[in-house]
Amino acid sequence: MKKLRRLEEHILQSLMWLSLFIVLGSLFLIVGTMLWRGLPSLSLAMLTQVPKGGYYLGEEGGILNAITGSLCLAGGATALSLLFSLPVAIYLHGYAGRSRMAHLVRLAMDVLWGVPSIVYGAFGFIVMLWLGLRASLLGGIITLACLELPIMVRGMDEALAAVPSALREASYALGATRFETAIRVLLRQAAAGLLTAVLLAFGRGIGDAASVLFTAGYTDRLPDSLFRPVASLPLAVFFQLATPFPAVQQRAYAAGLVLTVIVLALSVIARWLSRHLTRHVVR
Amino acid sequence: MDERPHIEIQNLSVWYGDRPALKDVSVAFPARGITAVIGPSGCGKTTLLRSINRLLETSDEVRISGHVLLDGADIYAPGVDVTDIRTRVGLLASKPFPLPMSIYDNVLYGPRIHGLCRRDNADAIVERYLRAADLWEEVRERLHTPAHALSTGQQQRLCLARALAVEPEVLLCDEPTAALDPLSAQRIEDLLRGLKRHMTIVLVTHILRQARRLADYVVFLWLGELVEAGPAEQVFNNPQNERTRAYLMGDIG
Repeated sequence: MKKLRRLEEHILQSLMWLSLFIVLGSLFLIVGTMLWRGLPSLSLAMLTQVPKGGYYLGEEGGILNAITGSLCLAGGATALSLLFSLPVAIYLHGYAGRSRMAHLVRLAMDVLWGVPSIVYGAFGFIVMLWLGLRASLLGGIITLACLELPIMVRGMDEALAAVPSALREASYALGATRFETAIRVLLRQAAAGLLTAVLLAFGRGIGDAASVLFTAGYTDRLPDSLFRPVASLPLAVFFQLATPFPAVQQRAYAAGLVLTVIVLALSVIARWLSRHLTRHVVR
Repeated sequence: MDERPHIEIQNLSVWYGDRPALKDVSVAFPARGITAVIGPSGCGKTTLLRSINRLLETSDEVRISGHVLLDGADIYAPGVDVTDIRTRVGLLASKPFPLPMSIYDNVLYGPRIHGLCRRDNADAIVERYLRAADLWEEVRERLHTPAHALSTGQQQRLCLARALAVEPEVLLCDEPTAALDPLSAQRIEDLLRGLKRHMTIVLVTHILRQARRLADYVVFLWLGELVEAGPAEQVFNNPQNERTRAYLMGDIG
């Protein structure tokens, strides 16, 4: 009996170690592959130039169009999404309580979270046709904002749920309204979590290819107008990988590397920011 | 003491879902002085307290019937502004919860919301109420540091300063020393003793000795019902009800 229990412990522990190894290993492999294939073709020109004639055949140029395009797309979408997510999250925690409406909102967000991004792309495309828009920065921003909304709302929902109810009551007991309490106490206490939610949504937005494929289009120019197409890093990866030239394919990995570094840099900045924001947080 | 009670509770019943927490309680709290609400845990002490600043209704699925009169006016009447009631009736909770901001901003939270704070009087307000809560000397050098860095005892005095800064006429205290060490508790008791001269204090406590030390009046609750209420001397020394006598003797509860 004793032996059997010890054997069980050993087997389960080995299984856990195996899982851990697979998880960490795949992370290492992904980053490693990108560095190995991408680094050699990553150059200053790559980061500071737009594609020149013959770029997709292996000639000179860079992916500045995709870098700036992606930042504009994801930045705009995150700002637009924040504009709607924050009021919804505040409503859920300052006003709705455990009402049927709150339940419905959370259910809707969970369903939206599960919708594949190509469906958002197709939906955005239809909306654009209605509005008379062509593939453009604005179209991409609207579509990406829809994609980011449920991620942001649910993230903020979690962050605000962690605020102790006694803290809210302390504010109410001083004669504060629900709105004053939400703005002055809830948002401050949950600042770090809210920032994480925004960042998570941004990361999802900047990395998505399918939803911007029809809605933002692609161009070799830098973004200059809300109503003209913009390039994006995920599509830069996609198009370059699809060419038959190894030199161009290698640039696809470089573009992927740039995308990863952007997301990584943002998390580092956010961590630093949240340390500042949480100076006053009650624990 | 004034003739008319400051707070009058009439036929108050409260349910959490289907569970009754208070059953048809009618009791009056005299103006100024400390009224201690005593009874075993779960008897409805805190519920009674939270009905007086209408904090009850922030919980989900609460039903309230009856009246609570503040200076003769029903605070549950339609059209009453709940933030106005909570400005007149302050709260000191059992566990101190400083707001997520500096010591300075904690004291000014109420005055700022109610438009009592201008640029030229902010410092004076902060000093005045921190002194009133006997905290000024300890924090005057670090007013702009996070409030949660204070010790628990200091935090509770900060919460008192924060409550006083709104100039309430009633102060509700919900086991205000429950989370504190004996010395910090002593300081809170001393402060309450000083404050009772110009405000009405309702003190919920499960510590009988604390009620004996502080109370001018006593309200005894048992399983959601009012058993006995009266001047402290009378309730403690000559209880009229058998259950009060048994609780005070430590036979029940």
